[in-house]
Amino acid sequence: MKALEIDNLQKIYRNGFQALYGVNLTVNQGDFYALLGPNGAGKSTTIGIICSLINKTSGQVNVYGVDLDRDPAAARMHIGLVPQEFNFNIFEPVGEILINQAGYYGIPRRLARIRAQENLERLELWDRRFDMARELSGGMKRRLMIARSLVHEPKLLILDEPTAGVDIEIRHSMWNFMRELNATGTTIILTTHYLEEAESLCDNIAIIDQGVTIEQTDMRSLLDRLNLETFVLYLDRELCELPDCGDYRVRLLDGNTMEVDIDKGHNLNGLYKRLSECDINVLSMRNKSNRLEQLFVSMLKNNGNNNQAVVK
Amino acid sequence: MRLSAQYNAFKTITIKEFLRFIRIWVQTVVPPAITVALYFIIFGELIGSQIGDINGFAYIDYIVPGLILMSVISNAYANCVSSFFSAKFHRSVEEMMISPLPNYIIVAGYVSGGMMRGLVVGIVVTIVSMFFTRIEIHNYGITLAVFILTSILFALAGFINAVYAKTFDDISIIPTFILTPLTYLGGIFYSINMLPEFWQTISLVNPILYMINAFRYGFLGITDIDLTIAFIIIVLFITGLFFFALRLLNKGVGIKP
Repeated sequence: MKALEIDNLQKIYRNGFQALYGVNLTVNQGDFYALLGPNGAGKSTTIGIICSLINKTSGQVNVYGVDLDRDPAAARMHIGLVPQEFNFNIFEPVGEILINQAGYYGIPRRLARIRAQENLERLELWDRRFDMARELSGGMKRRLMIARSLVHEPKLLILDEPTAGVDIEIRHSMWNFMRELNATGTTIILTTHYLEEAESLCDNIAIIDQGVTIEQTDMRSLLDRLNLETFVLYLDRELCELPDCGDYRVRLLDGNTMEVDIDKGHNLNGLYKRLSECDINVLSMRNKSNRLEQLFVSMLKNNGNNNQAVVK
Repeated sequence: MRLSAQYNAFKTITIKEFLRFIRIWVQTVVPPAITVALYFIIFGELIGSQIGDINGFAYIDYIVPGLILMSVISNAYANCVSSFFSAKFHRSVEEMMISPLPNYIIVAGYVSGGMMRGLVVGIVVTIVSMFFTRIEIHNYGITLAVFILTSILFALAGFINAVYAKTFDDISIIPTFILTPLTYLGGIFYSINMLPEFWQTISLVNPILYMINAFRYGFLGITDIDLTIAFIIIVLFITGLFFFALRLLNKGVGIKP
């Protein structure tokens, strides 16, 4: 079952700016799906169209087999959205925001109260239910939007940069929450600028650039395309010069740290052996760069987009 | 969306709107009560006592229905325009846009909220007027019908204003430059029979004149215009504005890029 199918989606705004030239996406039920792209690539426009916040110019969107044009109400029933920017009434109490959201989906008020309590408790906001939304911290506001998006129990949850601007602790608790949600069968589409977030959470990925889908595949196949990885090794003693490492391309960063480039298909065992022969032990090691980030930048370059500043 | 679900959604917007203006009652309910009390003191007691009777009624009694309806008009309008524009401003309107809510439920919900504020303020103002004069209602049915229909009409007008508004200035321009002059010139303080013939004819173009006169008939049993025409005009305006508001939402004017 396809949770979302987008075919040749195009959008030209009233001022003549064309944001989408032909976006195609297929998201399967149960996917944890990353939708990536630099700023202005068309991610938010695509999400806006899926969620009926933006009128499309042409193309087709199906949500769980329902054509958004033919039966928008049925399609919308399946979707929950956590937008990039806060979009609730800051002068409304937290609890009422959820109860009202449930009401918009036709849920009776009694059940809406129960759902609001369940979701506020899950997101640790129940104690703040009588507070005005403006009194919440930034992280709490993000959690409020997640709780609100779940109140009608959507099958497809779209999270548009949900962890932007939140501290590491909250980000990790959000990741765990999203994983749990996905494990219970909710299809998740995540857009983020934190590529390590996409790499660690998502199984499938699409990259949009300049209004077109330039890549759509599963995360493993994409990462397999990396031809070269760089590792940083921390050594147990200080070196004045590089030992003989054979074919391995190594560089000394400082006395105790060295860097090695490994081609696809090669391993580090030979290097460890040579270092060991020289009585050098490796204390620890890390991958120098985020693998997805490397790929992302190179794909954008190939697509003619040199705006690397967007990669955080 | 099933009918029962639509009803739940409608109820949700109505309750949300009701709680919104009740939560800020000092800004929404108290000011019209004070304003009307001042009108009664100045125009009713001080100046009114010098004016004498109009159509057989003391001046203060003559202006009571118009002043009540003026409060209903301005508050029904203000509720919709400020609430829907705020929803656009905070982008909380997106909460409704992503839901399966049909657009006519959104319009109906906001109008119902505006009508509730019109009713609450109307009742408060009526109570205030009881401190200045003895109110007797000539025809409860007509009074209530005009009360409800007028608040629906101006709630719709406020909603449309909010759809088009891009700044907070835009939501005060219509009330200041159109609504207030039309209300004052709609015969709250005078009978159009007191005007020269030319101005009488011009006054007939003002839709608020029909509402105030129909409402005055409900209270006092006197009117300058035909009641049937008044009701036809009110219903026509409501129908026209409702479908216009719906068309704006369907096209996404002011809310969907």
